[in-house]
Amino acid sequence: MPENTRPNPRPGQEHFVAGPDVVQLQVIDSVDTSEAPSSMWRDAWNEMRRRPMFWVSAVMIVVVIIVSIIPGVFTTALPRSGCDLGNAFASPSGEHPFGTNQNGCDIYARTLFGARSSVLVGTLTTTFVVILGTAIGAIAGYYGGWLDTILSRLTDVFFAVPFVLAAIVILSLAEERTELTVAVVLAAFGWTSIARIARGSVLSVKNNEFVTAAKALGMGRFAIMVRHALPNAAAPIIVYATVALGTFIVAEATLTFLGIGLDPSTVSWGGDLSTGQSALRSNPEIMFYPAAALGFTVLGFILLGDVVRDALDPKARKR
Amino acid sequence: MLWYIGRRLIQVIPVFLGATLLLYALVFLRPGDPVAALGGERGLPEAVQAQIREQFHLNEPFIMQYFYFLKGVVTFDMGNDFTGQPVAETIANALPVTFQLAMMAIVIEAVLGIAFGLWAGMRKGKLFDSVVLVWSLLLISVPTFVTGLLLQIIVGVQLDWLPVTAGRDPNFYSLLLPSIVLAATSFAYVLRLTRTSVFENITADFVRTARAKGLSRALVTRRHVLRNSLIPVVTFIGVDLGNLMTGSIVTEGIFNINGVGGTLFEAIQRGENTTVVALSTVLVIVYIGANLLVDLLYAVLDPRIRYA
Repeated sequence: MPENTRPNPRPGQEHFVAGPDVVQLQVIDSVDTSEAPSSMWRDAWNEMRRRPMFWVSAVMIVVVIIVSIIPGVFTTALPRSGCDLGNAFASPSGEHPFGTNQNGCDIYARTLFGARSSVLVGTLTTTFVVILGTAIGAIAGYYGGWLDTILSRLTDVFFAVPFVLAAIVILSLAEERTELTVAVVLAAFGWTSIARIARGSVLSVKNNEFVTAAKALGMGRFAIMVRHALPNAAAPIIVYATVALGTFIVAEATLTFLGIGLDPSTVSWGGDLSTGQSALRSNPEIMFYPAAALGFTVLGFILLGDVVRDALDPKARKR
Repeated sequence: MLWYIGRRLIQVIPVFLGATLLLYALVFLRPGDPVAALGGERGLPEAVQAQIREQFHLNEPFIMQYFYFLKGVVTFDMGNDFTGQPVAETIANALPVTFQLAMMAIVIEAVLGIAFGLWAGMRKGKLFDSVVLVWSLLLISVPTFVTGLLLQIIVGVQLDWLPVTAGRDPNFYSLLLPSIVLAATSFAYVLRLTRTSVFENITADFVRTARAKGLSRALVTRRHVLRNSLIPVVTFIGVDLGNLMTGSIVTEGIFNINGVGGTLFEAIQRGENTTVVALSTVLVIVYIGANLLVDLLYAVLDPRIRYA
């Protein structure tokens, strides 16, 4: 027990007596006030860096992205033109590491080349959704009034239409279905959650003193929104977007599996699973690789989302 | 409280109108003439085409068509599809199947999700917790249709424990495998939500107080930890009811079930616009209804929510 605390503390109360060395004024005094303050992003990065799960998910995502950009480096087989119908359902061999599917195509090559469409749809949709959702939510929250009423009701309406249902209805009448078409359709109904997050965040900072100060200094409404209100919304949007990227990849694969996502000529995991379904009873093993690749990619983004949320949420950090 | 309920109910009306108008526009403003396509290569005679247009109000402006549709929704008479079968009958056939499927899925995800979540949350960091956590992440990452195909191969074909498809007259037994598939992803979410929530409450002051005043561990878990942990879980399960109805599009396709999802998907591909809009409306109503229910339930469960 420290010497210079209150005399004769009762048993059990020792801890609550704050002596000078408990407060440790020298620690407070030693803080270097001239040093640049550590920002939320730096704190988050320092926190994230120490988590092994961050590195695991980062490596998973980097692997998938590299494969999606340069699939040809990892295989000499061609996913479409290299097919040999006479060699369908071949067992794994040196030439075909994962064997061949019912069209005699090399499964290893198709799995590698399929990464591109999934990653493309995922990133495009997420980009669109973040831009559209942030814009609508921030304008509704910052300008308020009748504009807020209209935009918020619009968000409610789009939220009430089930995402997959709307995508099926629109895509079933699209003539050409590229990665861009699918991404635009998914984004058209996927922006509502981000709009709500952005609106809430903007509303919560709108009446702060620094916003009033900026107003008093003559800053325009739009400039205040971009400079002061939006950065406050960035953290929750980034967390949501990371996980959403994974779910958009799942949505694309599901739509393609149903036959209304990407065109059958595009090499994609959803398409390969769809064609593999016809051989479900005789050769179920050909579906394993596209399914595993899909799961691996989505898992990477979900894990990263988890880590990012923990790092950006100071409440969760304490534990 | 009553005022709060009334206000929420009134707020639902514009959302319902907006959502159905949006769906209606998506379906009916698409290019191409469904009537001209009816007769195949040679097409129907002009007079018959005109009669069909008259019958389905296709010669009237779009917004009038929408009002006829709304009138149909209110009077439960949605007209006939192009083959002459009443759409209301199609819904009456499809809805009970999907409802049973969704209910079974909800029971599975709620019971198993809460049980595993409670168990894992009370042993945070132990082996069981880590194993359950990894499994839940895998379930979330693997799309429903992959889980469905996988279980179909393993449980249905290779082990031959449960029927692979449900067919015309589905019963509890043949819907068991589809409902497990439908529940899989949500089960993982319920588990993770319960786990986090239980762990938060288990370290809370009121639990320590309850333990300190001599209540048994089991009683504290049941009365204090579980009850407080269930608030977010209940809201999730409520919202999930709407998601399960949409999820049935995929699950019913894989297992060949004639529910809302399966029928809807078929109707979209055949261009049966009247059926598509009617079934979509059913989905939207369930979706909005589930969200409304959760909002109201939340207000009852958590007194901290102000009714203003």
